[in-house]
Amino acid sequence: MNNNSYDNLSSRQNRQKIRQAARQAFPPTIPIFAGFWFLGITYGVYMNVSGFNFLYPLFMSMAIFGGSLEFVAVEMLLSAFAPVQTLIMALMIQARHLFYGIAMLDKFKGTGLKKIYLIFGMCDESFSINCSAQIPEDVDRGWFMFFVTLYDQIYWVTGAALGGVLGSLISFNTEGLDFVMTAMFVVIFLEQWLKEKKHYTAVIGVLASVVCLLICGPDSFLIPTMVCILLLLTLFRKPIEKAGDMI
Amino acid sequence: MTLTQQVITIALCALGTMATRFLPFLLFSSRKPTPGYIQYLGKALPAAIFGMLVVYCLKNVSFLSGSHGLPELAAILVVVGLHLWKHQMLWSIAGGTVCYMLLVQFIF
Repeated sequence: MNNNSYDNLSSRQNRQKIRQAARQAFPPTIPIFAGFWFLGITYGVYMNVSGFNFLYPLFMSMAIFGGSLEFVAVEMLLSAFAPVQTLIMALMIQARHLFYGIAMLDKFKGTGLKKIYLIFGMCDESFSINCSAQIPEDVDRGWFMFFVTLYDQIYWVTGAALGGVLGSLISFNTEGLDFVMTAMFVVIFLEQWLKEKKHYTAVIGVLASVVCLLICGPDSFLIPTMVCILLLLTLFRKPIEKAGDMI
Repeated sequence: MTLTQQVITIALCALGTMATRFLPFLLFSSRKPTPGYIQYLGKALPAAIFGMLVVYCLKNVSFLSGSHGLPELAAILVVVGLHLWKHQMLWSIAGGTVCYMLLVQFIF
């Protein structure tokens, strides 16, 4: 065999590997499709009725790709220009991604250039799937995570643009559909719970969040929660490592 | 706001987001071994984060007024029940969501 046909063979295998990952990555994102179209369309409609054309939600959902901040950004765009405050708000609302990054440091290793996109597109939902999915042995992990992230962003961007185009023309009785995201996080939490023998870290996460929510209220409890989780995990490192209950 | 100010505002939102997403990867390069404490956090955090995200989704539920969080509680029980029974992620999520939609649209 000459070099050329080797190249053909390996590029064919490579294409097959990518196609397989693209197929395998789709089913876990189906709930996200439902949730993101609902929330994305809602967001697009919100921008539309706030007086922005569909290009705004289109580009904002592409560049920011983080639902909660994008909703807040609408209010920022409607108020006076305040760049420093905008950056601080963005950092505070998105601070939880710091945890996602720490959790994915090892999982993103060896994914080549795809790593840049994996980090760029690491929203709550993509992180949760990529962190918890049982990827079959024969599927390329890097491409699997790449497609999960890509599908999620496509759902979000198309939803936001669609909402921005249609605006208030659409009215549909989908009240409660946003629960699909809650349901997904409950399932992922439950799966994690069933894997553990002791539940130190899961209990720490829930307790810290509930206590901080009760004290600080729904708009500012995330950062105190993160600080509490960090302190408790550090304080109880010995028993947690001894229980060995970690991914 | 002028168009330039709008573009800057959106860019700053993107910058803030990307800073929080990229920072851990910039601090702990994949070429050098990750410190033990950070490795420990990386393994211990996911379960805590998933717990935090569940609470985050429910942060605006009021247990003292309105429907007292009953539709949320019932739907979560359906999700957990379905999942323990069938172990099919998509069915657990779909079942719980449909149950929640029926509850908030027709009962509460």
